Amino acid sequence: MRYAMTMDIKKCVGCSDCVVACQTENNVPSGYCRDWIVENVDGTYPNLEMEIRSERCNHCDDTPCVRTCPTGASHVIEGGIVKVTPAECIGCGACIQACPYDARYFHPDGYVDKCTFCDHRVAKGQDTACVSVCPTHSLAFGDLDDPNSPVSILLRNRKWKVNAPEAGTKPQVYFLI
Amino acid sequence: MKEELFISGRDIPFIDPVLHIWHWQIPLYLFVGGLAAGLIFFASYFYLTGKEDKYPIAVKIAPIIAPIVIVLGLIALLLDLRHPAYFWQLYTTIRLDSPMSWGAWTLGAVMPLSVLWPLIYIYELKNYFEGMICKMPYKILNWLTNLIEKNWILKWAFALIIKNKKPIAIANLVLSVILGVYTGILLSAFNARPLWNTSILGPLFLVSGLSTGAATIMWMAKDHYEKLTFSKIDLLLIGIEIFFIIHMFMGFLSSTEVQQEAAALFLGGEFTAVFWGVFFIGGLVFPATLEVMELFGYKIPISIPALFILLGGALLRFIMVDAGQITRYLY
Amino acid sequence: MGGKKTSRRDFIKISALGAGGLALANPILNWVPSFFPKEEKPIDESKAKKFPTFCEICFWKCAGFTYLNEDGKIQKIIGNENDPHSNGRFCPRGTGGVGMYYDNDRLKTPLLRVEEKGENVFKKVSWDEALDFIANKMKKISKQFGPESMALLYHASSGSYFKHLLHAYGSSNIAKPSYAQCLGPREAGFVATYGTSVSSPEPVDIKNTQCLVLIGNHVGENMHNGYVQEVSEAIDRGAAIITVDPRFSTIASKSKYWLPIKPATDLALLLSWIHVLIYEDLYDKKYVEKYAFGLEELKLHVKTNTPEWAYSITDIKPELIRNAAYEMAKASPAVIVHPGRHTTWYGDDTQRTRAIAILNALLGSYGRKGGWYFPETKEVPEYPSPAYPHPHWSWQDITKPTYKSAGTGISNDLIKASLPDNKSEHKIKGWLVVGTDLLSTIPGRDITIKAIKNLDLFVVVDTMPMEITGYADVVLPECTYLERYDDIRSNQHRYPNIALRMPAAEPRWDSKPGWWIARELAIRLGLQDYFKWENVEEELDWKFKQMGTSLAEMQKIGVKVYEKEKKLYLNEDEDYFFNTDTGKIELYSLDLETKGYDPMPKYTAHKQPDPGFYRLIYGRAPMHTFGRTSNNPNLVDLKSENELWVNPKIAKILGLEPSQKVWLRNQDKVVSSFPIKVRITERIRHDSVYMVHGFGKTNKNLTRAYGKGANDSELITNIKIDPIMGGTGMRENFVEILITNPKQEVI
Repeated sequence: MRYAMTMDIKKCVGCSDCVVACQTENNVPSGYCRDWIVENVDGTYPNLEMEIRSERCNHCDDTPCVRTCPTGASHVIEGGIVKVTPAECIGCGACIQACPYDARYFHPDGYVDKCTFCDHRVAKGQDTACVSVCPTHSLAFGDLDDPNSPVSILLRNRKWKVNAPEAGTKPQVYFLI
Repeated sequence: MKEELFISGRDIPFIDPVLHIWHWQIPLYLFVGGLAAGLIFFASYFYLTGKEDKYPIAVKIAPIIAPIVIVLGLIALLLDLRHPAYFWQLYTTIRLDSPMSWGAWTLGAVMPLSVLWPLIYIYELKNYFEGMICKMPYKILNWLTNLIEKNWILKWAFALIIKNKKPIAIANLVLSVILGVYTGILLSAFNARPLWNTSILGPLFLVSGLSTGAATIMWMAKDHYEKLTFSKIDLLLIGIEIFFIIHMFMGFLSSTEVQQEAAALFLGGEFTAVFWGVFFIGGLVFPATLEVMELFGYKIPISIPALFILLGGALLRFIMVDAGQITRYLY
Repeated sequence: MGGKKTSRRDFIKISALGAGGLALANPILNWVPSFFPKEEKPIDESKAKKFPTFCEICFWKCAGFTYLNEDGKIQKIIGNENDPHSNGRFCPRGTGGVGMYYDNDRLKTPLLRVEEKGENVFKKVSWDEALDFIANKMKKISKQFGPESMALLYHASSGSYFKHLLHAYGSSNIAKPSYAQCLGPREAGFVATYGTSVSSPEPVDIKNTQCLVLIGNHVGENMHNGYVQEVSEAIDRGAAIITVDPRFSTIASKSKYWLPIKPATDLALLLSWIHVLIYEDLYDKKYVEKYAFGLEELKLHVKTNTPEWAYSITDIKPELIRNAAYEMAKASPAVIVHPGRHTTWYGDDTQRTRAIAILNALLGSYGRKGGWYFPETKEVPEYPSPAYPHPHWSWQDITKPTYKSAGTGISNDLIKASLPDNKSEHKIKGWLVVGTDLLSTIPGRDITIKAIKNLDLFVVVDTMPMEITGYADVVLPECTYLERYDDIRSNQHRYPNIALRMPAAEPRWDSKPGWWIARELAIRLGLQDYFKWENVEEELDWKFKQMGTSLAEMQKIGVKVYEKEKKLYLNEDEDYFFNTDTGKIELYSLDLETKGYDPMPKYTAHKQPDPGFYRLIYGRAPMHTFGRTSNNPNLVDLKSENELWVNPKIAKILGLEPSQKVWLRNQDKVVSSFPIKVRITERIRHDSVYMVHGFGKTNKNLTRAYGKGANDSELITNIKIDPIMGGTGMRENFVEILITNPKQEVI
């Protein structure tokens, strides 16, 4: 099993619903977020291009965050989901330095926190909170090992890219272009 | 015009708009780690090569500084942790991939051994500190020697340590190299920060650590011969350091776009003045020049180059930690 | 990926200096304690209690469920999958609706204006005291001036019960700012053309369209949920989107054609499209012949409105105008020229919307698949109550003589009727304002304040301290939509449907539901016969039972969708009667002609900015609803202030830096209360500046919103009134960008 997410740049309007839905689903403290929206604009008026991306932890195949963790608090669970155990985390920040996507942060209580791919929902066969709420259906979630999962189908039929592939982490959030 | 911005209001403390999770604690920790490594290295090396009496300060006296600064470093490290109540989790597992884990275990081993070594020379230390304006070190050492003499168990243990001087020295030599390299590897393990993503950082920090160690010995040395030797060693190390630095930037400039951008921080960017002006000139070239002048017979108070080297060594780590956190992959 | 390199770096550099160097700053956790319980466990949906609701954060009113966590506290709101407004997916505002409940800045107790030591202050009073005070004043107004002198201005859902109260009291002077300050022109324009208004949600069949044309409509930045969802589907399907906007809006970036129009020239573009369709024989001849009236007149009317003519006015190349027209014709009839929603721009807005309506008719899209469907609404029965007293006069007597096509009450006209210099016999002496901050929605705030000062009674019912609450005699704290029942939602859609809102929690502090407030007032006014039910459950249950369901059932399902009774589209060659004078789609409007207006839209030039001035364009951000959410803790996290968009060329001329704070001064020398941060971006034309509406709050009780960003409303002092329906055109205001605070310059 290998969970992955796709994010359709063509459809996303940057409404940030994924961000709020994550906060209310996972009790993310005010002022913090586990996912976020980036807007890129290029060109000169009126010849312009714009790209809006909903970003989050890439739940990489090659996890520098887990590798650099001195205690094993950062770990990978079934399906390639990268998680942190607060009671094992000493808050050294190594994993934050190791992440090329700035996807981790110190929870106000001190431990490192991040996107969990909503493993509590996924375990029950649900989509992640952000995917299930996305009004434009720009986000999709599923198992890459299952050829009929939404992500497998999308990745077969669409062109895609990933963020910072040269960082060598084999990210598992795919951007459909 | 190109624009890239967060439109969901992301503004996470210490992460946005630029990563800054490591403040003064980590660079200080790296500096004292390097210094301790240098001191322990020279002590055990010259002991094992039988030059104990040629370089008495290096072998017998200066190593007392190592456990003191290591404790300082550990305090700094502890202060850096955001979840410090769980500190003990470091010692529940050994994670070979994690430089932080390496560091924790190395320090765990270095710490007791670095205490044992000066214990061997406790009487020499007592003599060295006797008559100093500050009475505190002497008083402590005096109390310690009295304690050892009065307690038979301690006396037995003390004898045991003296007997095993050589194995301790060998262990110290190995651990000091690991410690010195580790302070550089800690940073270079983070591929995500292009500035740190260079294999030169390990050797650079090791050499820099040895150089600060040598400078300390040179400063403390009473005997002209010992002073001169460590001044020469230090010169050599500074030369290697400069070589590494130049190579590091050449590497960056011929590497990926993100590393070129990382180098740009130092080549016209915001760290240019502090790196080249303050660290490179003030922390390497200036003290090296003074040392060369001394070799040619000019009378120069040895404390000046030593102090500049120590400050330079600290500054290097502060700059690298700070600048490294700014560099990132762009997409 | 590598190519997009400069900017996050640029953005980083701003603060890198502060953080870089030898920053020895101690880590300070600038953490504001979360309003969530400390234990951070995600909710278990299968075990969680949930209550149906429909969203009150905007007018789209999506239905969903409020979920409680294990401690019985509200944790999240998730869409109802059977709801055609949301299809089970809320927008960020709906999802962030929990923040409205948890906002500690809410109005907590009834407040009464009293004089203390020569100063006006609000005194906390009991509900009895507040309601008695209002009832007595209302009785006095009724006796002295007649009940008609009491007006209701509202936007909240609970307005329904206050409307009932006001009618029972004897007044029909009721208005929503959403008409004359927002969608009024398009309603009037479509009534004049098709005999039916557009209404909400707009019955546009985006789900099946091949081509969607948007005139200054920034879908995606306006988060009209079902609309956005269908547009996303259209993008997926590869439908062509044509966007006309001076700003590179989000949807412009996803469009096949973006027409970067010179502001205030839209009508010229629309006329040239009509010209192309008619003169190049691209219109739906069969449809127009069968259903439309006045083609020949129209043809003659647009004879000179060629794309070349339009180019000189709009800055849009003739080729682009033609290509866009061809795209529409190719898709016809599965094409939508969207009427927009906020259409009060330049004062000739009804006519502009008329041109849009005419374009749709020429393309044969009205009543056709992929164009406009015929919506259906479920009738909600009235709970039995006596007939309303007949008012001696109403808003129509104030408004209709001037604005003959006004469809509903006009807020600014009711405000004008409240001014001291109102010499007519139709005087307004008391206001009941429910859930709307008139000072930020009605342009010309000085007039509103002057009117307020002339009132005998001014009651504000709201959940939050808005700017207007500071002017009230009595402030009544309404509980949020998550803590109350409301009237049944029944809006038009493809299928008729209804939705229930019920409380998921007890009202916080001493706030009360709107229905309770209206009923208590009625009792004190001797109007209890109009509110015969003891509590609202009884009333709702009665209504639901008339509609073939019950309160108990609705509490489980939340939404009920009914079978259709009418058809969705016109059948082939079907005879159809349009509700106009001719029974046809009036390309040439007889109704407008008899009322003395142009029967066909004409282009008139509007003022362009003087040197040094920039047209002030305002719009929406997807995470906020007007000025009503700028203090919501969840939504403030997403966007806490607005920015002034400035073209890089202008920024260079003015020497502006990114994020620099500037003040704005409009053509009437009005200066913004607060500075606003500059965003230098190519996304805006050089002759305009843009900001999101709803920020720059002046009420200090809004701890998160106070002083954040600038308020466009206060800079809108030049109002172009639409002569047809009375809409307040707000886009002819120009601002200067000031680097220092001009208020401090004065010595």
